[in-house]
Amino acid sequence: MLVSSLVAIRVLNSQATATAHESTGGAPADARFGFKLEESAKALGVDFVHQGPTFDSRLAHIMPQVASMGAAVAVADFDRDGWQDFYVANSGEGSFNRLYRNKGDGTFVDVAAEMGVADVNRSETGVSMGAVWGDYDNDGWDDLFLYRYGRPELFHNDQGKRFVAVGEHAGLPRWVNANSATWLDYDRDGRLDLFLAGYWADDINLWKLETTKIMPESFEYATNGGRKYLLHNRGDGTFEDKAAALGITSRRWTLAVIAGDFRGTGYPDLFLSNDYGVSELFANEGGKHFVDVAQTSGVGRSPKSGMNASIGDVFNDGRLAIYKTNISEAGVLVQGNDLWVPKGDSAEYENLASSMGVDYGGWSWGAQFGDVNNDGAQDLYLTNGYVSAGERSSYWYDFAVIAVGHSQIIGDATNWPAMKGRSLSGYQRKRVWLNDGLGRFTDVAQVVGARDTYDGRAVALADLGNRGVLDVIVANQKGPLLIYKNTVAPGRHWIQFELEGTTSNRSAIGAQVELQWKNRKQVQQVTAASGFSAQNQRRLHYGLGDANAVDRVVIRWPSGQKQTIEHPAVDKLHHVTEPKPGVH
Amino acid sequence: MSTDAPPRPERSRGAIVRDRTPDARRRFVTLDNRYLPPLLITSILLGAHLSYGILEAWYTTALAIGTAIGAELIMGRVTYGKWPHPASAYISGISAGILVRSPLLWPYFLVSLVSITSKYVLRVKGRHIWNPTNFGVSAAAFLAPATVTVLSIQWGNVLAPMIIIWVLGSVIVWRVGRAHISATYVASFLFFSWVTSLITGNAWSATVAPITGPMYQLFIFFMVTDPKTTVRSKFWQCVVVFLIAFVEMILRLNQVLYAPFYALFIVGPIAMLTDIWLESRQRTG
Repeated sequence: MLVSSLVAIRVLNSQATATAHESTGGAPADARFGFKLEESAKALGVDFVHQGPTFDSRLAHIMPQVASMGAAVAVADFDRDGWQDFYVANSGEGSFNRLYRNKGDGTFVDVAAEMGVADVNRSETGVSMGAVWGDYDNDGWDDLFLYRYGRPELFHNDQGKRFVAVGEHAGLPRWVNANSATWLDYDRDGRLDLFLAGYWADDINLWKLETTKIMPESFEYATNGGRKYLLHNRGDGTFEDKAAALGITSRRWTLAVIAGDFRGTGYPDLFLSNDYGVSELFANEGGKHFVDVAQTSGVGRSPKSGMNASIGDVFNDGRLAIYKTNISEAGVLVQGNDLWVPKGDSAEYENLASSMGVDYGGWSWGAQFGDVNNDGAQDLYLTNGYVSAGERSSYWYDFAVIAVGHSQIIGDATNWPAMKGRSLSGYQRKRVWLNDGLGRFTDVAQVVGARDTYDGRAVALADLGNRGVLDVIVANQKGPLLIYKNTVAPGRHWIQFELEGTTSNRSAIGAQVELQWKNRKQVQQVTAASGFSAQNQRRLHYGLGDANAVDRVVIRWPSGQKQTIEHPAVDKLHHVTEPKPGVH
Repeated sequence: MSTDAPPRPERSRGAIVRDRTPDARRRFVTLDNRYLPPLLITSILLGAHLSYGILEAWYTTALAIGTAIGAELIMGRVTYGKWPHPASAYISGISAGILVRSPLLWPYFLVSLVSITSKYVLRVKGRHIWNPTNFGVSAAAFLAPATVTVLSIQWGNVLAPMIIIWVLGSVIVWRVGRAHISATYVASFLFFSWVTSLITGNAWSATVAPITGPMYQLFIFFMVTDPKTTVRSKFWQCVVVFLIAFVEMILRLNQVLYAPFYALFIVGPIAMLTDIWLESRQRTG
């Protein structure tokens, strides 16, 4: 029995991490899986390489890990020409961010400098960690909120011709070391509010440290991170922080946030994916108060290293699951990623990542749901890798030793062993998990063409060529921006919806759209931030498989109004404007 | 941790007896020593979970405990024809439930099963030579690195719980007559951490960091003190844990993360086999 038990441990370990479709032999990827990806950034005119920041010299020995974030991408059609553009964050002091305008001929051109959103990385004001688009003044043009390790900035979009920094009178906090932010209309007043989540504590200037005791006080129970801000949009171009007043007082180390109506109340809740601790799920009580229900719902019981928050209807049953990424490194730390699926109609969630095959993603970062092969089920694209340096040397041992230390030890950067050019979960293989629609995902990344091993951070999905397919943009830390152009096999249908609110916020952020076809249904939600430091196109994309007709689409607008459209045409983008109240 | 353990040599000190003498009446209200380690480890688990939610799910720990007790009862009955006391298996199970970290369920079952099975299979002259939980955890860490890791984080950030565990643990190992083993190991670890810091150039606070974590608390109070898998003489018990700390340092210098478990896995059986050999020589001589 002893021998068979030991053999069982070995076999089960191998099975748990096996990817059944790694072989590149056999039929082409598009024939086997219905699509293939081809990295095409340079061919599309995109030659961006991310630069990392350099902080106070007292952090030099661990600089690769403390300066390990900042690569970010946010998609929007900022000039309203019908083609998806995207903004890319850079993080080196003096480096420029890029705003890639889609020329409509399959190529892009950087217009950041002429639009006034390039030169935004200075040690005096901080460096970019990400950005999120949203039309905060309902003028029809997407504005840009930039969050940094430093001073956050809001850029007003002047009819797609230029961006103007709104400046201090907007009422934004003076300094936040943030890695995540999102737009949401938490009180359903028709105006977008802003949620901004600090990572490092706000009183830390990473370029001018007053102390080296800045690190998390625990690897899994830290509450000495940054403040959270819920900036209520007053409607006059200014914002007022109401986080504490509404019950959000968390000081956890937040790396990702997503707003969604997870409880069917019509009000957007907030899911926070926290590093060094448990997740938080702030339930929105009618726009008047937030209550952290992470413990009771199950999503916040186990402390891990959260780095991503994205949502998807993985079973095509109208329920939104939350995907949170964590760390898995063989032999050291196997947290496994979390796929939180609602239990029936209850307010509880269960983690089905393991049983559905999406738990092992290495040191996982950004991930997005999207139907990449237009078969009617939402797939999952994940990027990963922390620090790729010396290929044959690893910092993991020293990292693990210090991580177990008491707060007095782990909390002081001077106690952390020097990295000395060693890697920490570097050169990792990405994941493209195909959803079979029946509860099982299969990794096909190597077969379909996602074969890079950069230190991935942000992933965004967008139909860059208006071809009815989801292309993939990946922002890599200290690496090139990648664009995986997607080619889907013929015969697979699709449908897209672009929503514009009238009573609701004009960006329609928070709207939920249920598509019904061929005895199936799938819910998607219009979001601002999704994943890690990323924003997908707001346009909703549904693959339909071989179905050439749709029964109906039901839109629940943020205002609460419901709209039903019968038999919308397939293989087409539908622009839908929110009807006036009472009109259906 | 494990153990097998009701510390048999000391058991008579606290056993419930029907003697009517004053001393016996005093002993009547004191607790049987065999229940102290289970009580301590249960208190640690409950305190840590209620304070910091250390368990992802209760059912993983319950599975580990249930498997260990079930395996112990069956194997004890089959092997010796009588029902064994479940205290030892309970400690093995709860230890596996705390130490094993995996998003999957099967490791909790198999580590407990392997731990208990090893006790019945890997025996020399009637004594088992590996600490059961050490064997199970080491086997899992070695054979299933992609799915199993061993507890290696702090429980919270507050000093008080750590001090309470150290004090409670010290009192209990003293009461069961094993304090010298724990103390020798701690002193050896601190010394070899200093040596390690000299060799690697890392701060001593970094090399000593692991001992501030709960993994070491369990290792120090439950695993290296296991009466069934330690040698007979007090002096040699101290020598053995010193050697364990030394081998651990060698492993740490080679960046082996679960060095204490592997060190005990290597040194423990060698010490036990030597002890068994010496014992048999004494008998025959």
